[in-house]
Amino acid sequence: MSALLSVQGLSVSFTTYGRTAEVLKGVSLEVPQGAQVALVGESGSGKSVTMKAIMGLLQQPPARIHGGKIMFDGRDLLTLPERERVALRGTAMSMVFQDPMSSLNPVWTIEDQLTTILKYADRRLGRDRDRRGRRARVIEVLAQVRMRDPERVAGSYPIMLSGGMRQRVLIAMALLSEPRLLIADEPGTALDVTTQAQILKLLRDLVEAQGLALLMITHNLGVVRETSNYVYVMNKGEIVEEGPTAGLFEAPRQQYTRDLIAAVPRLTGRVAP
Amino acid sequence: MEFLGFLARRLAWSVLVLVGLSVVIFVIARVVPGDPARMALGPRASLEQVTELQEKLGLNLPLYQQYGRFVGGLARGELGQSLLTERSVNLDIRTTFPATLELVITTVIIAFLFGVPLGVAAARWKDRWPDNLVRAFAIVAAVMPTFFIALLLQVLAGYVLQILPTTGRLPTGTDFQADITGLLIVDGLLKGQFHVVFEAMRHLLLPALALSLATMGQMARITRASMIDVSRQDYIEAARAFGVPDRVRLFKYQLRPAFVPPLTIMGLEFASLIGGAFVVELIFSWPGMAAYGIRAITQKDLNAIMGVVMVSGLFFVLVNLLIDVLVGWVDPRIRIRGRRA
Repeated sequence: MSALLSVQGLSVSFTTYGRTAEVLKGVSLEVPQGAQVALVGESGSGKSVTMKAIMGLLQQPPARIHGGKIMFDGRDLLTLPERERVALRGTAMSMVFQDPMSSLNPVWTIEDQLTTILKYADRRLGRDRDRRGRRARVIEVLAQVRMRDPERVAGSYPIMLSGGMRQRVLIAMALLSEPRLLIADEPGTALDVTTQAQILKLLRDLVEAQGLALLMITHNLGVVRETSNYVYVMNKGEIVEEGPTAGLFEAPRQQYTRDLIAAVPRLTGRVAP
Repeated sequence: MEFLGFLARRLAWSVLVLVGLSVVIFVIARVVPGDPARMALGPRASLEQVTELQEKLGLNLPLYQQYGRFVGGLARGELGQSLLTERSVNLDIRTTFPATLELVITTVIIAFLFGVPLGVAAARWKDRWPDNLVRAFAIVAAVMPTFFIALLLQVLAGYVLQILPTTGRLPTGTDFQADITGLLIVDGLLKGQFHVVFEAMRHLLLPALALSLATMGQMARITRASMIDVSRQDYIEAARAFGVPDRVRLFKYQLRPAFVPPLTIMGLEFASLIGGAFVVELIFSWPGMAAYGIRAITQKDLNAIMGVVMVSGLFFVLVNLLIDVLVGWVDPRIRIRGRRA
């Protein structure tokens, strides 16, 4: 079976102030239909650039993609005209943003922001939905992300919501137009551990219930264990190890992976006095 | 309810500001050297005449009593006699203030209508030619003195091209009484005399344009900086990731959060515009309050100075009250934080 998303030999470099840095050196990874895949690595390993390249959000220049393919549903995104590329955003693939504090527009209500996104997604898909239909869908999705009072949340400005609620709004935003692939950029890292655990559980439940493919991008192997069946480990712009999540935790082959595993905080063992 | 509380707090502050202003201008007007009575009567007046006028004006009283008289007058809305025009300052201001008001409001409208879009364009095409053009314009507009721009426009449009009038508010001999608001455009509209409205606009165009260029450049620069600042926010990237079109992103997602700094600066600009208007008023023979105020200052016409300053101060405070309300409307964060405070 061919994968829903398949990145093949992706190479990206950045040129700033006359210096060129190779940021991705032939990255390959696959996300099959309905699978939960994680891409893990430390800061600066290139995982965010990979994600942005997939979403088509790299600013070019300074970035330059000079090799590889990004196949989505049998089409190479890199050769797709910009128009068709934009058409996929939020509809075929969408993103759960990382920082709930800064990823929502502070001057518009949640409803306003979600209906705006929905309006243009509908337009691209040629779907006919009126204002009331959009509002109903927004309320429905807010309920899906387990908001207790979706009506009230819809009428709120981001500043009136807690971090956890805002993060759930970001998930709702990603689900609005029923995408097939969800790319999650370390959701919840900005939140406290308990709230993050809730967010991850919610995300996993939603992905499983709706049969979505998930690409989880994170630096935290604890998150990987929670949310994925297959892992790619990335370091310095290359995939250094890959495998099923359980196997990787039991028998990491690379020293780098072992270091990452060692860096996961544990709740067992000796507690410092 | 919350809004009313906010308004009440702001109003209380405004009153405080005006009280402070009255003290400051009172002291300054009396510390500056020169005897108003002597200046009004001229060098040939006798000492007796000068003393008599001083007593009539209350200048021989202790300062606190003079201040008491001044504030008492203010409370009754009485600004006293002008030494220069020998009429009541109230009347002088009533005839000159609307002219300045109309000029300044038109100026701000022009500055805003062009400055903000220029700033948006500069931010949208940052480091490309529209940006460079706008930045160059802003610098030129800032460094060119208003009087130079005023003369330039007067010569170009008034004498070379002869398309616009260069003096006054209406053609001489126009039979029109602006006795409702004093603003010719408004009164013309209210009375249905559209030729007056048209002429008033024609007369306003050059002086308002001359006065607006510096503010326009300022607006453009601030809008540009604010837009660029907002464009780096995650929520703009998020909107892009969800395929919200460029146009919607630029105006809805970017301009509104970026709108607070230009709005605030505009409120502050009113003060410098009223001050700066005198150059334009002199050059275009505009019968306004700024020119009246300057004449009062050079002649040490105490009542007129204090009247002009208090009226300008009141106007400035009211405008900024309005701006505060607008800012709260544009950016709910400010509204909501105010509620919590």
